Amino acid sequence: MTTAALSPTMISKAALFEAQAVKTSARRNRLLSLPALIIIGIFGVLPLIIICVYSFLVAAPYGGVQWQFSTDAYLNFLFQRDIFDDTLQFTPDFLIIYLRSFLFAVVTTVICLLLGFPTAYFMATRPPAQRNWWVLLITIPFWSNLLVRTLAIMFIIRDEGLINNALIGLGVIDKPITMLYTNFAIQLGLLYAFLPFMVLPLYSSLEKLDFRLIEAAYDLYATRRQVLWRVIIPLSKPGIIAGCLLVFIPALGAYVTPLILGGGIHLMIGDLIAQQFGSGRNWPLGCAQALILMAAVLVALYFYVRNTSGKVQHG
Amino acid sequence: MAEPRVMDIKDQPGFRTIAVICLLVLYVPVLILMIFSLNSGSLVTHWEGVTLGWYGTAFLNEEFHAAARNTLIISVTATIVSTICATLAAIGMTRVKPWRGLAAAFMVINLPLMVPEIITAVATLSFFALIAGAFGLNFGIGNLILAHTVFCIPFAYMPIRARLEDMDLTLEYAAADLYATPWNAFRRITLPLLVPGIMSGAALAFIVSFDDFTITQLVAGPGQTTLPLYIWNQIRRPMTPEINAISTILLMVSILFVSVSFLIARRRAK
Repeated sequence: MTTAALSPTMISKAALFEAQAVKTSARRNRLLSLPALIIIGIFGVLPLIIICVYSFLVAAPYGGVQWQFSTDAYLNFLFQRDIFDDTLQFTPDFLIIYLRSFLFAVVTTVICLLLGFPTAYFMATRPPAQRNWWVLLITIPFWSNLLVRTLAIMFIIRDEGLINNALIGLGVIDKPITMLYTNFAIQLGLLYAFLPFMVLPLYSSLEKLDFRLIEAAYDLYATRRQVLWRVIIPLSKPGIIAGCLLVFIPALGAYVTPLILGGGIHLMIGDLIAQQFGSGRNWPLGCAQALILMAAVLVALYFYVRNTSGKVQHG
Repeated sequence: MAEPRVMDIKDQPGFRTIAVICLLVLYVPVLILMIFSLNSGSLVTHWEGVTLGWYGTAFLNEEFHAAARNTLIISVTATIVSTICATLAAIGMTRVKPWRGLAAAFMVINLPLMVPEIITAVATLSFFALIAGAFGLNFGIGNLILAHTVFCIPFAYMPIRARLEDMDLTLEYAAADLYATPWNAFRRITLPLLVPGIMSGAALAFIVSFDDFTITQLVAGPGQTTLPLYIWNQIRRPMTPEINAISTILLMVSILFVSVSFLIARRRAK
């Protein structure tokens, strides 16, 4: 009798105690994220604010900035001031580099998708043991040193590289084909660099595919092609979008690839920005160029968020 | 492989071929680079015979030593600091009632992943130039350590958070029921269960720091050459297979750490 009378209070007491313990520890736990937030806040977010400020200042003659307000950096992006009559003239040099980079990034994304989707699907349909090996084999290049991987491409396509040596040895050509320091080299390098970035997100979405739906489609007399286009691809849309974004954003801002394979002749946005902080000695212009790139990335992210949230999946 | 000759509904024609091509495309160039590190000739493209001599040359090279030392100082410190911060942050963002600003905090942690590396690089360069100019502050190699810590945090954070979210909460409740203080419950229950996530996160943080080129190149001051920067300096001179040997060492380090991180994650899944 006493136990029956006591137990509800005991339970509620215990529950109260537990709730309180969880509550206080929960409030204290919140503070645990502070060190990370402070470090990223000071050394990650603050620098971004600084380049916003810098983009409205005047370049100092030997690099750095002078604290004087100016919108020249943004004007210089599209116009050049005539030395003689001080008028602004439309100079699309930078704009062309931006459009070229955009084109490189789009082509990279499309080809990576065309190669990456079948690969990811093939991986997802292997038996589990084999699947692990495939994932590891794609994961390794994903995390490997990009500089070294780009170097590997350079060794192959150089004038005295493997491809040219082999072709000359076979008597197909007698003079090496120039491939290094061309647009082709950059495009190849970008594809090589970012292919794993496409395969992995595609794989993680295809892995969760409900294969009974494919069975159902075949039962309803769908052909292989129809199953692919009307069942598999629509179902893996989130993975496709994530993969495209993971390739497009770093490809648009690529720096190492054009630096090594473009040889400073064929620039992309990344090199252009770095140049302003090096030989160009125009930090405000570099900051403005960086922010324009950032704006492009934000547009891409916006489309990503809009496409992934609030969408109902139709089978 | 003897596969049954019935129609596999999962198959799509040609996909196997493309998958194999992808794998070849990803690996053949790197394998060629590695093979030429064993070339006894002094050209990076003409094969003459097998030797390990270039590894010897690399190991005796003073500049390589200095670069390796810098790289290890930076990446080990950045890994330790970022893994501690990421672990604390992951607990502070999962083992709590949703708090105002949680979404914003999550965005801040992941910010370094969303901003293109070149932008982070010039922003960090501007930042250190500003504090050097305004306050005369220069942390030397600490500049690089701080820059690396920032982008290592999200990489360490992801696997740790994933592990915390997978974890069975009843164990922690049981500990609290048995009058364990929050600290004891954390130390005796949560932390041991979290170790694989922390290891996996630390391995990823180490790789991204060890391999970083873009940010390091722009932020590094004189005498702060890391291994990737050393390779970059070598590319611009007449090349010998020594560069292949050093590149191979770098790749091996990446492969080792990726595999470790991968295996830990696999074991977790079982």
